[in-house]
Amino acid sequence: MDLLEKYKNYKEHKIKWRILVLMVFAVLAFLGCVVSLMKGSVDVSYTEIVQAISGQSAGMNTQIINNIRLPRTIVAALVGVNLSLSGAILQAVMKNPLADPHIIGISSGAGLAGIFVMLVLPDMEVLITPIAFIGAMLAAIGIYLLAWKNGGIRPVRIILAGVAVSAFLGAGISALLIFYSDRVHGALMWMIGGLSARSWPHVEIIYPYTIAGVFLALLGARHLNILQLGDEIAKGLGLRVEFTRIAMTALAAMLAASAVSVVGLLGFVGLIVPHATRLLIGSDYRYLLPGSALLGMAVVTFSDTFARTMFAPTELPVGIIMAILGAPFFLFLLRREI
Amino acid sequence: MAGLEVKNLTVEITHREILKNINISFAEGKRTAIIGPNGSGKSTLLKVIAGLNPHHTGDVLLNGQNLYHFGKKKLAQKLAILPQGSKTPLDLTVAELVDYGRFPYRSWLHGSCTKEDHEAVCCAIEQTKLTPLRDRQVATLSGGERQRAWIAMALAQQPEILLLDEPTTYLDIAHQLEVMQIITELNRAYKMTVIMVLHDLNHARQYADEIAVIRDRNIFAKGAPSQVLSVSMLAEVFGVRADVFTNRSGLSVLSPIALVK
Repeated sequence: MDLLEKYKNYKEHKIKWRILVLMVFAVLAFLGCVVSLMKGSVDVSYTEIVQAISGQSAGMNTQIINNIRLPRTIVAALVGVNLSLSGAILQAVMKNPLADPHIIGISSGAGLAGIFVMLVLPDMEVLITPIAFIGAMLAAIGIYLLAWKNGGIRPVRIILAGVAVSAFLGAGISALLIFYSDRVHGALMWMIGGLSARSWPHVEIIYPYTIAGVFLALLGARHLNILQLGDEIAKGLGLRVEFTRIAMTALAAMLAASAVSVVGLLGFVGLIVPHATRLLIGSDYRYLLPGSALLGMAVVTFSDTFARTMFAPTELPVGIIMAILGAPFFLFLLRREI
Repeated sequence: MAGLEVKNLTVEITHREILKNINISFAEGKRTAIIGPNGSGKSTLLKVIAGLNPHHTGDVLLNGQNLYHFGKKKLAQKLAILPQGSKTPLDLTVAELVDYGRFPYRSWLHGSCTKEDHEAVCCAIEQTKLTPLRDRQVATLSGGERQRAWIAMALAQQPEILLLDEPTTYLDIAHQLEVMQIITELNRAYKMTVIMVLHDLNHARQYADEIAVIRDRNIFAKGAPSQVLSVSMLAEVFGVRADVFTNRSGLSVLSPIALVK
């Protein structure tokens, strides 16, 4: 800890420290993916994985890796990236350390819209992601409108408004589940957030959003830094505050919605990951965003591996693991920051 | 004319007039203090000048050009504002905070630090005597040091006009003087126009070239401190009976005695 403090006091060391942390996160993300590919009902070795992915073998394990574990691992990694970036962005635009797409109801907006399509219009599954995005965006707008008073938003009101929106949309989801109780099974898994049976079509759904999201988020990093200084200072520095806030909220909603439409309402990733990264790297978004993306990848891949191997052959949805990790972390943040 | 000019400014927020038909000009290269009772609209005037308050009618002219016709970043290169009671993210260092002052000079894609950026940041830190503290986290600084760090950020914008909203609030007496002296030095060194909202009338008297008094949504008086700060003005605007005398250092001092009955 002493060494850590000493490092933090010097600028060059600080940059070196951040790069070191980023590298550690990258290694963790890589390990998370590899372990996720290795572990399961059949354990495979690292060389088998390399051979399978490079197409040099065609055995049983190759089938398992290429058709089951690889797409699932990719989905887990990309979901981790999307939810973490979404949380990190929301924390800056909503001026609230507890802003997470799940807690403040943006995921619920995406979830309600997504479940509506799944249950009411099952033929239109291709539209799940765009409609989930619209749902997420409407929830975000609703939260802003509720939290807005006298020309500004206050962090505490954001959380209160978010809880209200989340509860309201949750009621909508429950109502849908009751009306369409014959089709509920898939939807139920969706409520908790799970990666079970995620495969190549899901990879195809999510990866364009991840690529676009990472690119746009990094482009906005300096603007998010300025936004953190408060609206008046940011305006004084020539930032178009309203435009930045709307654009970045839309980006966060898009990232959350794409993740939700693939794995359902997976909570707490967007809360835990950006904060853990912030503790180690600091709140400079040029480092915080890539750090969160990498750590998010690691956290979700490890958690999913844990969730499906711990009680094998029973497979837990990863959402349960995230909630077990996330709820205490949420309380830790409450005590620490507010 | 040169300098900053406010013309026919009226500000209404939620159907309540905050400022009414204000006309005032601020001389180039001078320090002007804005004083007035709480709620008289001082801060609002400062915010309107900085373009932070969209709910207004009337114009603000910089060297004859309408201020709001500049792009936002262009405006931030000409004019810097330090609002009251600014909060910093916990883990920023002084140098990082000051570097944010270069934001108006950077474009969307090219965010890298140029030689000018580096020089402006170093210069701003030096000017505010923060060089030994440049790598300290802003949150760990004392109130006076923190205020200097914010001033340094505004300086890194290399503005022609510096707007300060009660820069000495919450500071002890030594840090108050320190901040006021730094502001005065900056004004002298760069001929920077300074417009500051002040509460302490003795500071206004000591550190401003001109004082503008706002009362009841309007400009009550404007002029040199010795003319404006009179016993009768204090009675009329603040409702305070006061004594004005010259102390042993030759400074004329206001001393409030009681409320006017």
